[in-house]
Amino acid sequence: MLHIVACIKQVPDTKIIKMNPKTNTMDRSSAPAILNPYDAHAVEEAVRLRNRYGGVVSVLTMGPPPAVKAIRKCIEIGADEGYMITDRAFAGADTLATSYALTKALEKIAQTRPIDLIICGKMTIDGDTGQVGPGIARRLDMPPLTSVNKVVEIDSEKRHAIVHRKLEDGYEVVRSTLPCLLSVEKEINEVPYSSLPNMLRAARYQPHIWSVADLPDIDKTQLGLKGSPTIVSSVWAPPKPQGGTMLEGTQSDQVSQLLDILMARQELFAAASGGEAP
Amino acid sequence: MNFEDYRGVWVFIEEKDGAIAPVSLELLGAGRQLADKRKTELAGVLIGENISALAETAFEYGADKVYVYDAPIYRFYRTETYMRAMLACVEKHKPEILLYGATSTGKDLASAVATDLPTGLTADTTQLDVEEDTGLLLASRPAFGGNIMATILCKKYRPQMATVRPKVMKALPRKIGASGVVVEECIPLKEEDIRTKVLEIVRSTTRHIRIDEADIIVAGGKGLGSPAGFKVVQQLAEALGAAVGASRDVVEAGWIGHHHQVGQTGVTVTPKIYFAIGISGAIQHLVGMQNSGLIIAVNKDPAAPIFQACHYGIVGDALTIVPMLTEAFKSALGRKEEADAGKV
Ligand SMILES: Cc1cc2nc3c(=O)[nH]c(=O)nc-3n(C[C@H](O)[C@H](O)[C@H](O)COP(=O)(O)OP(=O)(O)OC[C@H]3O[C@@H](n4cnc5c(N)ncnc54)[C@H](O)[C@@H]3O)c2cc1C
Ligand SMILES: Nc1ncnc2c1ncn2[C@@H]1O[C@H](COP(=O)(O)O)[C@@H](O)[C@H]1O
Repeated sequence: MLHIVACIKQVPDTKIIKMNPKTNTMDRSSAPAILNPYDAHAVEEAVRLRNRYGGVVSVLTMGPPPAVKAIRKCIEIGADEGYMITDRAFAGADTLATSYALTKALEKIAQTRPIDLIICGKMTIDGDTGQVGPGIARRLDMPPLTSVNKVVEIDSEKRHAIVHRKLEDGYEVVRSTLPCLLSVEKEINEVPYSSLPNMLRAARYQPHIWSVADLPDIDKTQLGLKGSPTIVSSVWAPPKPQGGTMLEGTQSDQVSQLLDILMARQELFAAASGGEAP
Repeated sequence: MNFEDYRGVWVFIEEKDGAIAPVSLELLGAGRQLADKRKTELAGVLIGENISALAETAFEYGADKVYVYDAPIYRFYRTETYMRAMLACVEKHKPEILLYGATSTGKDLASAVATDLPTGLTADTTQLDVEEDTGLLLASRPAFGGNIMATILCKKYRPQMATVRPKVMKALPRKIGASGVVVEECIPLKEEDIRTKVLEIVRSTTRHIRIDEADIIVAGGKGLGSPAGFKVVQQLAEALGAAVGASRDVVEAGWIGHHHQVGQTGVTVTPKIYFAIGISGAIQHLVGMQNSGLIIAVNKDPAAPIFQACHYGIVGDALTIVPMLTEAFKSALGRKEEADAGKV
């Protein structure tokens, strides 16, 4: 019986987000809130491991009240329990303050059911750092295993996990003691369409919701904006590129102009000509 | 915390296949500028097994000093061992600024070190500057999917740390024979206390062309319509001896593997020539290729943003233009070979 906790976040869909060009802030109303795409893979992996070894999958998020929707999405994927910490005091947290708050919540979850494995996504598409997962692992003194693209085995008797960590040109096989924390790559699995029973359960599901007052021994100075060592001092629009020369004429004119441009850099094509340079 | 005690700019030196990883050389270049502005020294931190000789290379690329942790326990990168070494080094020698490459190893190490110290860590920085008088690091990075740039500061803690994207900073020209100070360090670590073991390293046998190392990249986008359409890109790449790149949408559609993805969530590339074919030029794609030497775009929509970011553009149907170019190039190259052969 394993207890696996996936950490998930609700994020604005940055693909279609509109920015206010005057203030360089994002127009939240322009972007629907979605479950961070990388975290869907974290939940899916937790669900697969539970199906393989038995146990319980919990998901945990820190966010504003509408983030309940992201938890329901995880229930659709197959999670059993959802926990949310929400409080104004958490607002403005950077990765250090986020990992602190999530760690406090994980400690509380572990009081009722000890945790064997924590799974995070590779990164969030709004924070975009990949730092929160390893941060949680350090705070709980668990080995962090990042870039995981396969879980080979979880052995709850021998108390170890064996995973593949992606390298630039292959992978490494690593064994770690349990409990440990994995940050998973998106290629680790494919998230299938939700089943009808899961969707029905998700629609009615009420997560456990905690505020700062519910978390024992919490140091309020480490929360939110106050507890964040990094601050955003300024934002600006990325420089607009200048624009290039458009080639003109018929298609074959354009192709021959382009050919001239390329042949002016002939030395680059030595490899393409197949032979060694004379 | 007394800020006066924290001095110097440091770079975590990543080793790869017996050499210093290119990103670490780039960071020595960027770090040199910061150190000069602050009138302090630039140091590298080198961790591994049998890596001491690499200190020489670090000096040749701008370091004044290198701290070396050389022991069998560091043979493979593991968060626990490397983190212990880095934490010990920081606590002992107190740098003002500490930079890591935003590689999987650099990010993993930096996240752990930042949590334990604790201090602030800015991820995936693309611009670095320092305030001359205060030493405040100005670390800037794209945010919200590249829609804005943000400058991030860490005012209350030292060291100030950042991971920096590969291929955005410039390494200094190598100064053969340059020397510096080697500081050998050692901390007591016992293998039996380390909770992770690397059991095996598996290198992929099909050695794909690394797009981050290619001189020429032909990249295709969703505009090619289908895997069959994408072939025109692969054929041009073959004729040019180029690597094949792709937009995220193409990778997600499964036309080509994720190793080929260029952009914010893919690879940052700076080839000498970059072809963007049937790629719209979304900001997340542009951040990954805009520093290429020569950018050529083919797109049927004259208003596509890629035309703002290219050097030469052709408006038209890639499915007819690209095969024409491939043929024209092949015959031009044939003529050139004949001419070359004539010379010999
Ligand atoms: C957090 C985040 C990270 C992202 N990271 C990346 C990343 O790393 N890399 C990346 O590429 N994207 C990334 N994206 C996605 C990015 O926003 C775009 O969606 C993507 O780059 C678009 O791919 P495309 O240009 O191939 O497709 P499209 O935007 O669909 O463009 C296709 C283009 O082809 C043209 N076209 C159509 N038919 C033809 C024809 N016959 N001949 C010539 N031209 C034709 C069209 O005019 C159009 O301009 C990211 C998005 C987010 C939100
Ligand atoms: N507010 C949050 N609530 C729960 N999990 C989070 C939160 N922020 C980040 N995470 C987890 O940490 C991972 C990395 O996030 P980031 O460091 O923001 O890129 C995510 O994929 C999540 O698994």
